[in-house]
Amino acid sequence: MVDGAVPRFWREIPQRYNLEGNQCGSCKKIYFPPRESCPICRRKSMKNMDPIKLSGKGKVVTYTIVHTAPEKFEGQVPYPMAIIQLEEGPRITAQLVDVELDKVKIGMKVEKTFRKIQQDGHIGAIYYGYKFKPERG
Amino acid sequence: MRDVSVIGVGLTKFGELWDKSFRNLISEAGAKAIIDSGISGKEIDALYVGSMSAGRFVGQEHVGALVADASGFAHMNIPAIRVEAADASGALAFRQGYFSVASGMNDVVVIGGVEKMTDVVGGEATDTLATGLDQEWEAFFGGTLASTYAMIATRHMHNFGTTKKQLAQVAEKNHSNGAKNPYAQFKRAMPLESILNAPIEAYPLGMLDCAPVSDGASALILCATDKAKKYTKEPIKIIGTGQGSDSLALHGRKDLCTFQSTVKAAERAYKQAGIKPRDINVAEVHDCYTIAEILAIEDLGFVKKGEGGKAIDKKITTLDGKIPTNPSGGLKAKGHPVGATGVAQIAEIVMQLRGKAEQRQVKDAKIGLAHNVGGAGASCIVNILEAI
Repeated sequence: MVDGAVPRFWREIPQRYNLEGNQCGSCKKIYFPPRESCPICRRKSMKNMDPIKLSGKGKVVTYTIVHTAPEKFEGQVPYPMAIIQLEEGPRITAQLVDVELDKVKIGMKVEKTFRKIQQDGHIGAIYYGYKFKPERG
Repeated sequence: MRDVSVIGVGLTKFGELWDKSFRNLISEAGAKAIIDSGISGKEIDALYVGSMSAGRFVGQEHVGALVADASGFAHMNIPAIRVEAADASGALAFRQGYFSVASGMNDVVVIGGVEKMTDVVGGEATDTLATGLDQEWEAFFGGTLASTYAMIATRHMHNFGTTKKQLAQVAEKNHSNGAKNPYAQFKRAMPLESILNAPIEAYPLGMLDCAPVSDGASALILCATDKAKKYTKEPIKIIGTGQGSDSLALHGRKDLCTFQSTVKAAERAYKQAGIKPRDINVAEVHDCYTIAEILAIEDLGFVKKGEGGKAIDKKITTLDGKIPTNPSGGLKAKGHPVGATGVAQIAEIVMQLRGKAEQRQVKDAKIGLAHNVGGAGASCIVNILEAI
Protein backbone atom coordinates (compact mmCIF):
# COMPACT_ATOMS: atom_id res chain seq x y z
CA MET A 1 0.00 0.00 0.00
CA VAL A 2 1.45 3.35 -1.04
CA ASP A 3 1.70 6.20 1.40
CA GLY A 4 -1.13 8.54 0.66
CA ALA A 5 -2.50 11.96 1.52
CA VAL A 6 -4.80 11.86 4.54
CA PRO A 7 -8.11 12.38 2.68
CA ARG A 8 -7.65 9.08 0.87
CA PHE A 9 -8.01 7.27 4.20
CA TRP A 10 -10.21 9.77 6.02
CA ARG A 11 -13.05 9.49 3.51
CA GLU A 12 -13.26 5.71 4.01
CA ILE A 13 -13.69 6.00 7.82
CA PRO A 14 -17.45 5.22 7.88
CA GLN A 15 -16.81 2.00 6.00
CA ARG A 16 -13.59 0.91 7.67
CA TYR A 17 -14.56 1.85 11.24
CA ASN A 18 -18.28 1.07 11.20
CA LEU A 19 -18.88 -1.25 8.24
CA GLU A 20 -21.21 1.23 6.62
CA GLY A 21 -22.54 -0.15 3.34
CA ASN A 22 -25.58 0.88 1.37
CA GLN A 23 -28.83 -0.58 0.12
CA CYS A 24 -30.54 -0.19 -3.24
CA GLY A 25 -33.91 1.49 -2.68
CA SER A 26 -35.29 -0.39 -5.68
CA CYS A 27 -34.29 -4.07 -5.24
CA LYS A 28 -33.15 -3.83 -1.58
CA LYS A 29 -29.82 -5.55 -2.28
CA ILE A 30 -27.10 -4.52 0.19
CA TYR A 31 -23.58 -3.51 -0.90
CA PHE A 32 -20.27 -3.21 0.89
CA PRO A 33 -18.34 -1.06 0.20
CA PRO A 34 -21.18 1.29 -0.78
CA ARG A 35 -21.77 1.78 -4.51
CA GLU A 36 -22.85 4.86 -6.43
CA SER A 37 -25.56 2.82 -8.07
CA CYS A 38 -26.94 -0.72 -8.03
CA PRO A 39 -25.45 -2.82 -10.90
CA ILE A 40 -28.80 -4.63 -11.26
CA CYS A 41 -31.24 -1.68 -11.11
CA ARG A 42 -28.85 0.88 -12.62
CA ARG A 43 -30.62 4.20 -13.34
CA LYS A 44 -33.59 3.27 -11.11
CA SER A 45 -31.16 3.17 -8.19
CA MET A 46 -29.46 6.51 -8.88
CA LYS A 47 -29.88 8.82 -5.84
CA ASN A 48 -31.81 5.98 -4.26
CA MET A 49 -28.96 4.22 -2.41
CA ASP A 50 -29.45 4.35 1.37
CA PRO A 51 -26.60 4.00 3.90
CA ILE A 52 -26.88 0.97 6.15
CA LYS A 53 -24.65 -0.19 8.97
CA LEU A 54 -23.81 -3.88 8.78
CA SER A 55 -23.89 -6.16 11.83
CA GLY A 56 -20.33 -7.39 11.37
CA LYS A 57 -21.33 -11.03 11.77
CA GLY A 58 -20.50 -13.59 9.13
CA LYS A 59 -18.84 -16.84 8.08
CA VAL A 60 -15.45 -17.63 6.57
CA VAL A 61 -15.83 -18.61 2.89
CA THR A 62 -12.11 -19.19 2.30
CA TYR A 63 -8.83 -18.24 3.93
CA THR A 64 -5.04 -18.24 3.74
CA ILE A 65 -2.18 -17.75 6.17
CA VAL A 66 0.14 -15.02 4.86
CA HIS A 67 3.84 -15.65 5.48
CA THR A 68 5.34 -13.23 2.93
CA ALA A 69 3.72 -9.85 3.47
CA PRO A 70 4.07 -6.31 2.17
CA GLU A 71 6.60 -4.31 4.22
CA LYS A 72 3.92 -2.63 6.31
CA PHE A 73 2.52 -5.97 7.43
CA GLU A 74 5.85 -7.74 8.01
CA GLY A 75 5.55 -7.34 11.78
CA GLN A 76 2.26 -9.23 11.72
CA VAL A 77 3.26 -12.44 9.87
CA PRO A 78 2.08 -15.13 9.86
CA TYR A 79 -1.46 -13.74 9.74
CA PRO A 80 -4.70 -15.22 8.44
CA MET A 81 -6.66 -13.42 5.73
CA ALA A 82 -10.16 -14.51 4.83
CA ILE A 83 -13.12 -13.77 2.62
CA ILE A 84 -16.11 -13.41 4.91
CA GLN A 85 -19.73 -13.77 3.91
CA LEU A 86 -21.58 -11.17 6.01
CA GLU A 87 -25.08 -12.11 7.17
CA GLU A 88 -26.57 -9.23 5.15
CA GLY A 89 -25.11 -10.65 1.93
CA PRO A 90 -21.91 -8.82 0.93
CA ARG A 91 -18.52 -10.54 1.07
CA ILE A 92 -15.38 -8.78 2.28
CA THR A 93 -11.66 -9.48 2.61
CA ALA A 94 -10.16 -9.01 6.08
CA GLN A 95 -7.61 -10.34 8.52
CA LEU A 96 -8.67 -12.79 11.23
CA VAL A 97 -7.35 -12.17 14.77
CA ASP A 98 -7.57 -13.75 18.24
CA VAL A 99 -7.52 -17.23 16.71
CA GLU A 100 -4.96 -20.06 16.63
CA LEU A 101 -3.74 -20.43 13.04
CA ASP A 102 -4.64 -24.13 12.91
CA LYS A 103 -8.19 -23.40 14.14
CA VAL A 104 -9.06 -21.28 11.08
CA LYS A 105 -11.65 -23.20 9.04
CA ILE A 106 -14.07 -22.63 6.16
CA GLY A 107 -17.53 -22.08 7.65
CA MET A 108 -16.34 -20.72 11.02
CA LYS A 109 -18.51 -17.95 12.46
CA VAL A 110 -16.74 -14.64 12.94
CA GLU A 111 -17.53 -11.09 14.03
CA LYS A 112 -16.04 -7.68 13.37
CA THR A 113 -13.51 -6.13 15.71
CA PHE A 114 -11.86 -2.70 15.50
CA ARG A 115 -8.07 -2.81 15.12
CA LYS A 116 -5.00 -1.01 13.86
CA ILE A 117 -4.42 -2.08 10.24
CA GLN A 118 -1.15 -0.37 9.25
CA GLN A 119 0.85 2.85 9.58
CA ASP A 120 3.00 5.14 7.45
CA GLY A 121 6.47 4.57 8.90
CA HIS A 122 7.36 5.69 12.44
CA ILE A 123 5.93 9.18 12.33
CA GLY A 124 3.14 8.92 9.76
CA ALA A 125 -0.60 8.34 10.13
CA ILE A 126 -1.94 5.17 11.75
CA TYR A 127 -4.78 3.53 9.88
CA TYR A 128 -7.52 1.66 11.71
CA GLY A 129 -10.32 -0.53 10.49
CA TYR A 130 -12.01 -3.90 10.73
CA LYS A 131 -10.55 -7.30 11.38
CA PHE A 132 -12.63 -10.35 12.32
CA LYS A 133 -12.42 -12.71 15.32
CA PRO A 134 -14.22 -15.94 16.18
CA GLU A 135 -17.79 -15.21 17.29
CA ARG A 136 -18.27 -15.50 21.03
CA GLY A 137 -20.81 -17.89 22.48
CA MET B 1 -12.49 -7.29 -40.72
CA ARG B 2 -9.57 -8.84 -42.58
CA ASP B 3 -7.28 -11.70 -41.54
CA VAL B 4 -4.17 -10.91 -39.55
CA SER B 5 -1.07 -13.05 -39.04
CA VAL B 6 2.01 -13.04 -36.85
CA ILE B 7 5.08 -12.86 -39.08
CA GLY B 8 7.87 -12.29 -36.56
CA VAL B 9 8.77 -13.09 -32.96
CA GLY B 10 11.51 -11.83 -30.67
CA LEU B 11 12.32 -12.66 -27.05
CA THR B 12 14.99 -11.75 -24.56
CA LYS B 13 16.05 -14.32 -22.03
CA PHE B 14 13.90 -13.98 -18.88
CA GLY B 15 15.52 -13.71 -15.46
CA GLU B 16 17.22 -11.38 -13.03
CA LEU B 17 19.01 -9.40 -15.73
CA TRP B 18 20.92 -6.86 -13.67
CA ASP B 19 23.02 -5.66 -16.60
CA LYS B 20 19.97 -4.83 -18.75
CA SER B 21 17.69 -1.80 -18.42
CA PHE B 22 14.02 -1.49 -19.34
CA ARG B 23 14.91 0.08 -22.68
CA ASN B 24 17.72 -2.43 -23.41
CA LEU B 25 15.24 -5.27 -22.97
CA ILE B 26 12.43 -4.01 -25.18
CA SER B 27 14.70 -2.78 -27.96
CA GLU B 28 16.47 -6.19 -28.02
CA ALA B 29 13.16 -8.08 -28.30
CA GLY B 30 11.81 -5.63 -30.90
CA ALA B 31 14.92 -5.84 -33.09
CA LYS B 32 14.83 -9.65 -33.01
CA ALA B 33 11.15 -9.67 -34.05
CA ILE B 34 11.75 -7.22 -36.91
CA ILE B 35 14.70 -9.26 -38.22
CA ASP B 36 12.70 -12.50 -37.85
CA SER B 37 9.82 -11.03 -39.88
CA GLY B 38 11.85 -9.64 -42.75
CA ILE B 39 10.12 -6.26 -42.69
CA SER B 40 12.05 -3.01 -42.73
CA GLY B 41 11.55 -0.32 -40.09
CA LYS B 42 9.93 1.99 -42.68
CA GLU B 43 6.99 -0.39 -43.03
CA ILE B 44 5.85 -0.16 -39.41
CA ASP B 45 2.53 1.65 -39.06
CA ALA B 46 2.23 1.59 -35.26
CA LEU B 47 3.66 0.19 -32.07
CA TYR B 48 1.64 -1.29 -29.17
CA VAL B 49 3.42 -2.11 -25.94
CA GLY B 50 2.18 -3.80 -22.78
CA SER B 51 3.71 -2.81 -19.45
CA MET B 52 2.00 -3.30 -16.11
CA SER B 53 3.79 -0.81 -13.93
CA ALA B 54 6.88 0.83 -15.39
CA GLY B 55 5.93 3.77 -13.15
CA ARG B 56 6.54 1.79 -9.98
CA PHE B 57 9.19 -0.66 -11.18
CA VAL B 58 11.50 1.84 -12.88
CA GLY B 59 9.85 5.21 -12.15
CA GLN B 60 9.03 5.74 -15.82
CA GLU B 61 5.69 6.43 -17.46
CA HIS B 62 5.11 7.53 -21.07
CA VAL B 63 6.20 4.06 -22.07
CA GLY B 64 4.85 4.17 -25.64
CA ALA B 65 7.13 7.02 -26.66
CA LEU B 66 10.05 5.57 -24.69
CA VAL B 67 9.83 2.24 -26.49
CA ALA B 68 9.54 3.88 -29.92
CA ASP B 69 12.58 6.03 -29.11
CA ALA B 70 14.69 3.21 -27.64
CA SER B 71 13.91 1.09 -30.71
CA GLY B 72 15.13 3.80 -33.07
CA PHE B 73 11.77 5.02 -34.38
CA ALA B 74 11.65 8.49 -32.80
CA HIS B 75 12.66 10.22 -36.05
CA MET B 76 9.87 8.40 -37.89
CA ASN B 77 7.28 9.66 -35.40
CA ILE B 78 5.28 6.43 -35.51
CA PRO B 79 2.19 6.16 -33.31
CA ALA B 80 3.22 4.39 -30.08
CA ILE B 81 0.60 3.16 -27.63
CA ARG B 82 1.10 1.73 -24.14
CA VAL B 83 -1.60 -0.70 -22.96
CA GLU B 84 -2.25 -1.77 -19.37
CA ALA B 85 -4.32 -4.50 -17.72
CA ALA B 86 -2.06 -5.56 -14.81
CA ASP B 87 -0.21 -8.75 -15.83
CA ALA B 88 -2.54 -9.18 -18.83
CA SER B 89 -1.07 -6.02 -20.40
CA GLY B 90 0.90 -7.99 -23.01
CA ALA B 91 -1.99 -9.95 -24.49
CA LEU B 92 -4.13 -6.83 -24.41
CA ALA B 93 -1.50 -4.90 -26.40
CA PHE B 94 -1.56 -7.78 -28.91
CA ARG B 95 -5.36 -7.63 -29.10
CA GLN B 96 -5.37 -3.87 -29.70
CA GLY B 97 -2.72 -4.21 -32.39
CA TYR B 98 -4.72 -7.02 -33.99
CA PHE B 99 -7.82 -4.78 -34.14
CA SER B 100 -5.86 -2.00 -35.80
CA VAL B 101 -4.68 -4.29 -38.61
CA ALA B 102 -7.98 -6.20 -38.91
CA SER B 103 -9.79 -2.88 -39.32
CA GLY B 104 -7.66 -1.98 -42.33
CA MET B 105 -6.21 1.10 -40.64
CA ASN B 106 -2.72 -0.42 -40.31
CA ASP B 107 -0.90 -3.06 -42.37
CA VAL B 108 2.09 -3.80 -40.16
CA VAL B 109 2.32 -3.25 -36.40
CA VAL B 110 4.86 -4.15 -33.74
CA ILE B 111 3.59 -5.59 -30.45
CA GLY B 112 5.88 -5.37 -27.45
CA GLY B 113 5.68 -6.50 -23.85
CA VAL B 114 8.21 -5.54 -21.20
CA GLU B 115 8.83 -5.38 -17.48
CA LYS B 116 11.95 -4.61 -15.48
CA MET B 117 11.07 -5.86 -11.98
CA THR B 118 14.44 -6.24 -10.24
CA ASP B 119 15.34 -2.55 -10.08
CA VAL B 120 13.23 -2.26 -6.89
CA VAL B 121 14.23 -3.70 -3.53
CA GLY B 122 12.53 -5.48 -0.67
CA GLY B 123 8.78 -5.85 -0.74
CA GLU B 124 8.25 -3.24 -3.47
CA ALA B 125 7.69 -5.90 -6.14
CA THR B 126 5.10 -7.66 -3.92
CA ASP B 127 3.35 -4.32 -3.29
CA THR B 128 3.36 -3.45 -6.98
CA LEU B 129 1.94 -6.83 -8.00
CA ALA B 130 -0.85 -6.20 -5.47
CA THR B 131 -1.87 -3.08 -7.43
CA GLY B 132 -3.60 -5.52 -9.81
CA LEU B 133 -5.97 -6.23 -6.91
CA ASP B 134 -8.38 -3.82 -5.21
CA GLN B 135 -6.07 -1.44 -3.32
CA GLU B 136 -8.79 0.00 -1.09
CA TRP B 137 -10.59 -3.21 -0.10
CA GLU B 138 -8.04 -6.03 -0.39
CA ALA B 139 -4.45 -4.77 -0.32
CA PHE B 140 -5.13 -2.10 2.37
CA PHE B 141 -5.99 -4.90 4.81
CA GLY B 142 -2.84 -6.93 4.10
CA GLY B 143 -3.90 -8.87 1.02
CA THR B 144 -1.26 -9.78 -1.57
CA LEU B 145 -1.56 -11.35 -5.01
CA ALA B 146 -0.26 -14.61 -3.50
CA SER B 147 -2.76 -14.49 -0.62
CA THR B 148 -5.61 -13.97 -3.08
CA TYR B 149 -4.64 -16.99 -5.20
CA ALA B 150 -4.04 -18.92 -1.97
CA MET B 151 -7.66 -18.27 -0.95
CA ILE B 152 -8.76 -19.64 -4.33
CA ALA B 153 -6.61 -22.73 -3.70
CA THR B 154 -8.08 -23.27 -0.20
CA ARG B 155 -11.59 -23.16 -1.63
CA HIS B 156 -10.71 -25.38 -4.62
CA MET B 157 -9.28 -27.98 -2.22
CA HIS B 158 -12.43 -27.74 -0.10
CA ASN B 159 -14.86 -28.05 -3.02
CA PHE B 160 -13.08 -30.59 -5.19
CA GLY B 161 -10.49 -32.38 -3.06
CA THR B 162 -7.58 -30.85 -4.97
CA THR B 163 -4.34 -31.60 -3.09
CA LYS B 164 -1.16 -29.70 -2.32
CA LYS B 165 0.66 -32.49 -4.14
CA GLN B 166 -1.33 -31.84 -7.32
CA LEU B 167 -0.44 -28.14 -7.08
CA ALA B 168 3.23 -29.10 -6.72
CA GLN B 169 2.96 -31.42 -9.73
CA VAL B 170 1.95 -28.43 -11.88
CA ALA B 171 5.20 -26.70 -10.89
CA GLU B 172 7.16 -29.93 -11.42
CA LYS B 173 5.76 -30.29 -14.96
CA ASN B 174 6.43 -26.66 -15.84
CA HIS B 175 10.00 -26.82 -14.54
CA SER B 176 10.54 -29.96 -16.60
CA ASN B 177 9.40 -28.02 -19.69
CA GLY B 178 11.35 -24.91 -18.72
CA ALA B 179 14.52 -27.02 -18.57
CA LYS B 180 14.17 -27.38 -22.36
CA ASN B 181 13.62 -23.67 -23.04
CA PRO B 182 16.72 -21.54 -23.72
CA TYR B 183 14.78 -18.36 -22.78
CA ALA B 184 13.65 -19.64 -19.37
CA GLN B 185 14.64 -18.07 -16.06
CA PHE B 186 14.74 -21.49 -14.37
CA LYS B 187 16.28 -23.77 -16.95
CA ARG B 188 16.19 -26.77 -14.67
CA ALA B 189 13.94 -29.54 -13.40
CA MET B 190 12.67 -29.26 -9.83
CA PRO B 191 12.07 -32.36 -7.68
CA LEU B 192 8.53 -32.71 -6.33
CA GLU B 193 9.82 -32.94 -2.74
CA SER B 194 11.60 -29.57 -3.01
CA ILE B 195 8.39 -27.94 -4.26
CA LEU B 196 6.30 -29.54 -1.51
CA ASN B 197 8.81 -28.63 1.21
CA ALA B 198 9.48 -25.04 0.14
CA PRO B 199 8.76 -22.32 2.74
CA ILE B 200 5.14 -21.18 2.78
CA GLU B 201 4.36 -17.97 0.87
CA ALA B 202 0.64 -17.90 1.66
CA TYR B 203 -0.88 -21.18 2.82
CA PRO B 204 -1.49 -23.50 0.98
CA LEU B 205 0.94 -22.04 -1.59
CA GLY B 206 4.68 -22.46 -1.06
CA MET B 207 7.44 -20.35 -2.60
CA LEU B 208 7.78 -22.84 -5.47
CA ASP B 209 4.07 -22.63 -6.29
CA CYS B 210 4.71 -19.00 -7.27
CA ALA B 211 6.09 -17.53 -10.49
CA PRO B 212 9.29 -15.56 -9.87
CA VAL B 213 10.03 -11.85 -10.10
CA SER B 214 11.64 -11.39 -13.52
CA ASP B 215 13.03 -9.00 -16.08
CA GLY B 216 12.34 -9.56 -19.75
CA ALA B 217 10.72 -8.46 -22.97
CA SER B 218 9.04 -9.98 -25.96
CA ALA B 219 7.84 -8.70 -29.32
CA LEU B 220 5.74 -9.78 -32.30
CA ILE B 221 5.16 -8.39 -35.78
CA LEU B 222 1.56 -8.48 -37.02
CA CYS B 223 0.68 -8.11 -40.67
CA ALA B 224 -2.46 -8.34 -42.78
CA THR B 225 -2.49 -11.99 -43.93
CA ASP B 226 -2.92 -11.10 -47.61
CA LYS B 227 0.33 -9.10 -47.44
CA ALA B 228 2.18 -11.52 -45.15
CA LYS B 229 3.41 -13.82 -47.94
CA LYS B 230 5.61 -10.98 -49.13
CA TYR B 231 7.69 -11.41 -45.98
CA THR B 232 7.41 -14.99 -44.81
CA LYS B 233 6.55 -18.52 -45.92
CA GLU B 234 5.09 -19.35 -42.54
CA PRO B 235 2.62 -16.72 -41.34
CA ILE B 236 0.69 -17.83 -38.25
CA LYS B 237 -2.89 -16.67 -38.51
CA ILE B 238 -4.87 -15.22 -35.61
CA ILE B 239 -8.20 -17.06 -35.77
CA GLY B 240 -9.84 -15.94 -32.54
CA THR B 241 -9.50 -13.37 -29.81
CA GLY B 242 -11.61 -12.84 -26.71
CA GLN B 243 -11.52 -10.73 -23.60
CA GLY B 244 -13.46 -10.66 -20.34
CA SER B 245 -13.51 -8.69 -17.11
CA ASP B 246 -14.85 -9.33 -13.62
CA SER B 247 -14.99 -7.69 -10.19
CA LEU B 248 -11.61 -6.20 -9.27
CA ALA B 249 -11.71 -7.84 -5.82
CA LEU B 250 -11.96 -11.62 -5.53
CA HIS B 251 -14.63 -11.26 -2.83
CA GLY B 252 -16.94 -9.64 -5.39
CA ARG B 253 -17.52 -13.00 -7.12
CA LYS B 254 -20.05 -15.70 -6.28
CA ASP B 255 -17.88 -18.60 -7.42
CA LEU B 256 -14.33 -18.32 -6.08
CA CYS B 257 -13.15 -21.35 -8.06
CA THR B 258 -13.97 -20.01 -11.54
CA PHE B 259 -12.61 -17.02 -13.43
CA GLN B 260 -15.68 -15.91 -15.38
CA SER B 261 -13.36 -13.51 -17.22
CA THR B 262 -11.55 -16.58 -18.62
CA VAL B 263 -14.76 -18.48 -19.35
CA LYS B 264 -16.16 -15.52 -21.34
CA ALA B 265 -12.87 -14.61 -23.07
CA ALA B 266 -12.50 -18.24 -24.17
CA GLU B 267 -16.12 -18.53 -25.29
CA ARG B 268 -15.68 -15.42 -27.47
CA ALA B 269 -12.36 -16.59 -28.91
CA TYR B 270 -13.63 -20.13 -29.66
CA LYS B 271 -16.73 -18.66 -31.32
CA GLN B 272 -14.70 -16.41 -33.62
CA ALA B 273 -12.36 -19.29 -34.47
CA GLY B 274 -15.27 -21.68 -35.00
CA ILE B 275 -13.61 -24.36 -32.89
CA LYS B 276 -14.08 -26.26 -29.60
CA PRO B 277 -11.65 -26.61 -26.70
CA ARG B 278 -10.80 -30.15 -27.89
CA ASP B 279 -9.41 -28.70 -31.15
CA ILE B 280 -6.56 -26.97 -29.30
CA ASN B 281 -3.23 -28.79 -29.81
CA VAL B 282 -1.07 -26.67 -27.51
CA ALA B 283 -1.77 -24.04 -24.86
CA GLU B 284 0.18 -21.43 -22.92
CA VAL B 285 -1.84 -20.56 -19.81
CA HIS B 286 -1.35 -18.01 -17.04
CA ASP B 287 0.22 -20.03 -14.19
CA CYS B 288 1.31 -17.14 -11.97
CA TYR B 289 0.58 -19.61 -9.17
CA THR B 290 0.14 -23.37 -9.57
CA ILE B 291 -3.56 -23.13 -8.67
CA ALA B 292 -3.97 -20.68 -11.56
CA GLU B 293 -3.05 -23.35 -14.12
CA ILE B 294 -5.58 -25.73 -12.58
CA LEU B 295 -8.26 -23.05 -12.80
CA ALA B 296 -7.21 -22.15 -16.36
CA ILE B 297 -7.50 -25.65 -17.83
CA GLU B 298 -10.98 -25.92 -16.28
CA ASP B 299 -12.19 -22.47 -17.35
CA LEU B 300 -10.82 -22.92 -20.89
CA GLY B 301 -12.88 -26.10 -21.17
CA PHE B 302 -9.96 -28.56 -21.45
CA VAL B 303 -11.34 -30.48 -18.45
CA LYS B 304 -14.55 -30.25 -16.39
CA LYS B 305 -14.76 -27.85 -13.43
CA GLY B 306 -13.13 -29.50 -10.43
CA GLU B 307 -11.07 -31.93 -12.54
CA GLY B 308 -8.05 -29.63 -12.92
CA GLY B 309 -6.11 -31.31 -10.11
CA LYS B 310 -6.80 -34.80 -11.43
CA ALA B 311 -5.69 -33.73 -14.92
CA ILE B 312 -2.17 -33.45 -13.53
CA ASP B 313 -2.32 -37.01 -12.17
CA LYS B 314 -3.63 -38.22 -15.55
CA LYS B 315 -0.80 -36.38 -17.37
CA ILE B 316 -3.25 -34.68 -19.73
CA THR B 317 -1.17 -31.48 -19.79
CA THR B 318 2.36 -32.85 -20.23
CA LEU B 319 4.32 -32.31 -23.47
CA ASP B 320 3.02 -35.61 -24.87
CA GLY B 321 -0.42 -35.37 -23.22
CA LYS B 322 -3.83 -34.69 -24.76
CA ILE B 323 -3.53 -30.90 -24.35
CA PRO B 324 0.12 -29.99 -23.73
CA THR B 325 -0.01 -26.94 -21.46
CA ASN B 326 2.83 -24.51 -20.91
CA PRO B 327 5.51 -26.19 -23.04
CA SER B 328 7.61 -23.04 -22.51
CA GLY B 329 7.76 -23.74 -18.78
CA GLY B 330 4.95 -21.29 -18.14
CA LEU B 331 5.23 -18.25 -15.94
CA LYS B 332 6.47 -20.62 -13.23
CA ALA B 333 9.72 -21.70 -14.90
CA LYS B 334 10.12 -19.40 -17.90
CA GLY B 335 9.64 -16.37 -15.64
CA HIS B 336 6.99 -13.67 -15.29
CA PRO B 337 8.11 -10.16 -16.28
CA VAL B 338 4.48 -9.13 -15.96
CA GLY B 339 3.99 -6.87 -18.99
CA ALA B 340 6.05 -9.17 -21.22
CA THR B 341 4.24 -12.37 -20.30
CA GLY B 342 1.19 -12.16 -22.57
CA VAL B 343 3.32 -11.39 -25.64
CA ALA B 344 5.84 -14.11 -24.77
CA GLN B 345 3.04 -16.68 -24.48
CA ILE B 346 1.93 -15.87 -28.03
CA ALA B 347 5.58 -15.98 -29.20
CA GLU B 348 5.82 -19.52 -27.78
CA ILE B 349 2.61 -20.55 -29.57
CA VAL B 350 3.99 -19.13 -32.84
CA MET B 351 7.26 -21.08 -32.41
CA GLN B 352 5.23 -24.23 -31.66
CA LEU B 353 2.99 -23.77 -34.72
CA ARG B 354 6.04 -23.15 -36.91
CA GLY B 355 7.43 -26.45 -35.60
CA LYS B 356 10.53 -24.64 -34.34
CA ALA B 357 10.23 -25.18 -30.59
CA GLU B 358 13.12 -27.66 -30.59
CA GLN B 359 13.26 -29.95 -27.55
CA ARG B 360 9.94 -28.72 -26.21
CA GLN B 361 8.10 -29.09 -29.56
CA VAL B 362 4.56 -30.43 -29.29
CA LYS B 363 4.04 -32.96 -32.10
CA ASP B 364 1.83 -31.89 -35.02
CA ALA B 365 0.68 -28.67 -33.36
CA LYS B 366 -1.62 -26.84 -35.77
CA ILE B 367 -3.85 -24.76 -33.46
CA GLY B 368 -2.58 -23.08 -30.29
CA LEU B 369 -4.12 -20.97 -27.54
CA ALA B 370 -2.62 -18.32 -25.27
CA HIS B 371 -4.35 -17.30 -22.02
CA ASN B 372 -3.24 -14.21 -20.07
CA VAL B 373 -4.81 -13.07 -16.77
CA GLY B 374 -4.65 -9.70 -15.02
CA GLY B 375 -4.59 -9.54 -11.21
CA ALA B 376 -6.69 -12.28 -9.66
CA GLY B 377 -8.89 -12.73 -12.71
CA ALA B 378 -10.41 -9.26 -13.12
CA SER B 379 -9.09 -9.25 -16.71
CA CYS B 380 -8.50 -12.12 -19.08
CA ILE B 381 -7.49 -12.28 -22.73
CA VAL B 382 -7.53 -15.45 -24.82
CA ASN B 383 -5.98 -15.60 -28.31
CA ILE B 384 -6.08 -18.53 -30.71
CA LEU B 385 -3.64 -18.97 -33.60
CA GLU B 386 -3.35 -21.43 -36.47
CA ALA B 387 -0.60 -22.54 -38.81
CA ILE B 388 -1.65 -21.90 -42.46
